[in-house]
Amino acid sequence: MNKLIILLLAVFFWLNSYTEPAAMHIMEGFLPIGWAVFWWIVTIPFFLWGLKTLKKAVDENPEAKLMIGFAGAFAFVLSALKIPSVTGSSSHPVGTALGTMMFGPAAMTVLGMIVLLFQALLLAHGGITTLGANAFSMAVAGPFAAYAVYRMLKKAGMKAGTNAFFTAFVANIVTYTVTSLQLALAFPSETGGVYASFLEFAGIFAVTQVSLAVCEGLLTAAAVNWLEKHRTSLKGVHFS
Amino acid sequence: MKKNITLFLLAAAIAIIPLFMWQDSEFGGADGLAEEKITAIQTDYKPWATPIFEPPGGETESLLFSLQAAIGAGVIGYVIGTIRTRSKREKS
Repeated sequence: MNKLIILLLAVFFWLNSYTEPAAMHIMEGFLPIGWAVFWWIVTIPFFLWGLKTLKKAVDENPEAKLMIGFAGAFAFVLSALKIPSVTGSSSHPVGTALGTMMFGPAAMTVLGMIVLLFQALLLAHGGITTLGANAFSMAVAGPFAAYAVYRMLKKAGMKAGTNAFFTAFVANIVTYTVTSLQLALAFPSETGGVYASFLEFAGIFAVTQVSLAVCEGLLTAAAVNWLEKHRTSLKGVHFS
Repeated sequence: MKKNITLFLLAAAIAIIPLFMWQDSEFGGADGLAEEKITAIQTDYKPWATPIFEPPGGETESLLFSLQAAIGAGVIGYVIGTIRTRSKREKS
């Protein structure tokens, strides 16, 4: 049944494709300084909260380090993969859902920022001035929205693997929706304001990102399935 | 495990099928498109910061991207190995 849903979703998005490339992280210098500072200030508390969460997890069980490494590495790999999308352009997954399920959303703020920092410094992908904004979308908004979905589906009794698919899907879509919103807030259209700008920016990635989100959902589900199978050997981790 | 293989194949299919749908596309990463949009909305916008370091070309960039993936994959492999060994030992 679940496989059928996934397959139908995939087919649906292939058929509804059009050609507009994707935006990813906001480039260096492409947010006015006021907004750049604003998003840094908003993100920092989440980063500190995340540090505390991770420290608590390690204090309770030093073995948690292993799985923190796993969650970070998962996001690291996934965000390096620029995957072709149905729209004829490429974009990349965010990989934040797995860690969110294991350690909570704030933990992913820390791990996500490490990934973003690597890409900003070495790849000129994103930037330092825009790191606050990019971290807010990918490492705060995405994980927190995903976490809400995860808890809801878990309460409804959904299996961890299937749940991971939806959690990852949401993490991805919300990340890029918030990026569009950030750009729209900083660059409202003269005629239509923030809303018109938002539609413009969202239009760049909307469909591109949906096929990526499905892809990311499948990969995260596979990882969670595997971890569930070895659940008894996982120290300091439970799908909280 | 069969389930996971199916998931991987599906994920691969989602990535591969677009390549056949758009024969004439280069699948550009196009972060540039948001830039273009910005300058279209606000024609006088000048980026006020530039990247400290920028890969000189596509080759170096792909080197760094594969390095990123390799480091991540290495850690994942290490963790999977550790958990597998541990779970085998616990069973016996």
